[in-house]
Amino acid sequence: MVMGSLEKGERIHLFISCLVDNFFPEVGEAILRVFSNIGLEIEFPKDQTCCGQPAFNSGHRKEAYKVACHFLDVFDKKNGAIVCPSGSCVSMVKNYYAELFRNDPEKLSRVEKISSNIYEFSEFVFQKKESLNLNSAYRGKVTFHDSCHALRELGISSQPRELIKSLRGIELVEMDMADACCGFGGTFSIKYPEVSKSMLQEKTDSIINSGADAVVSTDMGCLMNIKGLVSRKKLPVKVFHLAELIAFEYPK
Amino acid sequence: MITKRIDFKKNSVQALANPKLKKALVNFTDRSRASRKKAVSEISEWEDLRLEARRIKEQVIKDLDSYLLELEESITRVGGKVHWAKDAEEASKIVATIAKENNVRNVVKSKSMATEEIELNKYLISRGINTVETDLGEYIVQLCNDHPFHIITPAIHKTKEDISKLFSEKFGVPEYEEPQKLANIARKELREKFLSADMGISGVNFAVAETGTIAIVENEGNARLATTYPDIHVAIMGIEKIVPKFEQLSIFLSLLARSATGQKSSTYVSLITGPRREGERDGPRQFHLVFLDNGRSQIAKSEETKESLYCIRCGACINICPIYRQVGGHSYGWVYSGPIGAVITPQLNDLNKTADLPFVSSLCGACRDVCPVKIDFPHVFLSLRQKIIEQAREKPNPREFMEKIAFWIWGTVFSKPFYYNFMGKIMFFLQCFYRKDNELQRLPYPFSKWTRDKNFPAFSKNPFRERWKKKYQVKGKAPR
Repeated sequence: MVMGSLEKGERIHLFISCLVDNFFPEVGEAILRVFSNIGLEIEFPKDQTCCGQPAFNSGHRKEAYKVACHFLDVFDKKNGAIVCPSGSCVSMVKNYYAELFRNDPEKLSRVEKISSNIYEFSEFVFQKKESLNLNSAYRGKVTFHDSCHALRELGISSQPRELIKSLRGIELVEMDMADACCGFGGTFSIKYPEVSKSMLQEKTDSIINSGADAVVSTDMGCLMNIKGLVSRKKLPVKVFHLAELIAFEYPK
Repeated sequence: MITKRIDFKKNSVQALANPKLKKALVNFTDRSRASRKKAVSEISEWEDLRLEARRIKEQVIKDLDSYLLELEESITRVGGKVHWAKDAEEASKIVATIAKENNVRNVVKSKSMATEEIELNKYLISRGINTVETDLGEYIVQLCNDHPFHIITPAIHKTKEDISKLFSEKFGVPEYEEPQKLANIARKELREKFLSADMGISGVNFAVAETGTIAIVENEGNARLATTYPDIHVAIMGIEKIVPKFEQLSIFLSLLARSATGQKSSTYVSLITGPRREGERDGPRQFHLVFLDNGRSQIAKSEETKESLYCIRCGACINICPIYRQVGGHSYGWVYSGPIGAVITPQLNDLNKTADLPFVSSLCGACRDVCPVKIDFPHVFLSLRQKIIEQAREKPNPREFMEKIAFWIWGTVFSKPFYYNFMGKIMFFLQCFYRKDNELQRLPYPFSKWTRDKNFPAFSKNPFRERWKKKYQVKGKAPR
């Protein structure tokens, strides 16, 4: 299915990702606001859990396989686009499922279908920009952090920036080395916390030095990491998922 | 060969504690990234060159045996001699035997990672053969009894002041501040060594199978001097360094210079085809080429990781790596560092002793983007991780055992929605001991590794799936 052919009122399937589901449900709600604002009907397959990436990236293929099979069962009967607010999960499905299921031809054909049908949030919304309400209630300067997998495995770089620039009352300022890893890397941050912290320190320095009052990205993995240091050190910067910025509302 | 387990964590913590080192690393990586970027943007056919180089390398590794035989034949035809070495010990022995047979006392060496890998200097010196590095960086490293910090620029961890002090100690000169003066001292010292050398040892950047030509790339002229002035030239090459055709060299020379140092071409590119021929007035009288396997033929057999052998040792992956930028070269525990070190060190050594390294990556993929032969580093990391975990499954140490249990639980919980929902509820209650302002600031081991430096988000009382069920599901869509 060509993404641009989605008509108003057409259904999309939301893969929320385990981080948003458990830790950042407000990001999920912001995504719902963005989608319904565009006029999309949303389905949330209720049995979804995770794509399997944490185990896959740590070398535990057996467990990754188990969880990825569940993902296939939940999503592969769906017609219409699957959208996920994390480039890293999308890349797992698009780029690594083929490797995980390489000895399993039956599953591989299911993977192929899903891979051509799954989109990262910002690339999807960018395609629908014409129908998007650009009146975010947020005012100020923001800077954008490229999440590694969205940037390098899905080629997403201009779309989120264009979206931010088109929001009224918001200025985008680039930080130094916006494309440098924040140091998260899943279990890497637990295996080598000292190195991870040093990378993160550089990232938050870049954010602060950009003069922005908020940092925006498209992956809650990176944002969880960045937010972790920002709140520990009480740094003067807010941390948003792109969806939260687009659908920003003042607290009621 | 590595004899003791590489402890990356310990090494990296030591490196991180050195602010002087961090400053040097930031300066160096900033500079080399910028110059590479500029050099690459200057030629429009960059992507085509990468693709072609990769294609050639795939072909070479696939038919490595026959290319090696072709190269041996070509070298013999032009009057050189080829020696096959299966490991470090054999390679060092070959060089020492050539030296002994020709009564060699003094050896000058140009920069070569293959000779670092087999610790050739140590071997020769312990047999009474004076062996001196002549690349300025390597010379400094040798004088301090240190190891290279980077495969291209071995002494970037030394400041001008360090070197000034070192030269003053070793040569009894004043502590000069000007780099030019320091370079002149080294030049004078090294000139003597060149003039008294009876054997020159070099590495090989590329070896052309059809002609028997070896290419050596450098910026100081020391390699040219070391390979032309002494009577004997011994070159040592990892067996993956082959390029089939002479005309293909230009592709690799361009990729290497621009990726490594941001130059259009290296200052000196020496193309050497055999020893001095009859009627020629200079050049070495003997030319030996050592084929070093040392584990490479095993890598070539692995479908998943053989692309590690496509590497042309430009160092671009090291310079772009956000981890190398924090911890530098010595943390990787062996001669190769950065992403390329993290993938080849475990494959050229005992995997159990080097199992830390494939996990030294956040899988950000910056290395893959700059690699001139398009090595898919994350893919190789992931394959090696799988191999390590599967090996460890049989006889895990306590940490590995804990990790195994944790992932087993994870796999069970995350493949059953019922368990998954239940876990969310349990975690919400368990965390009440740690929650503060909706964040977790101190968690028990192993999560304490996270909360030592930064906060962890709290499990939500109303995860998204619950909110969806309560608020939105009935209507099938979210409110405007």
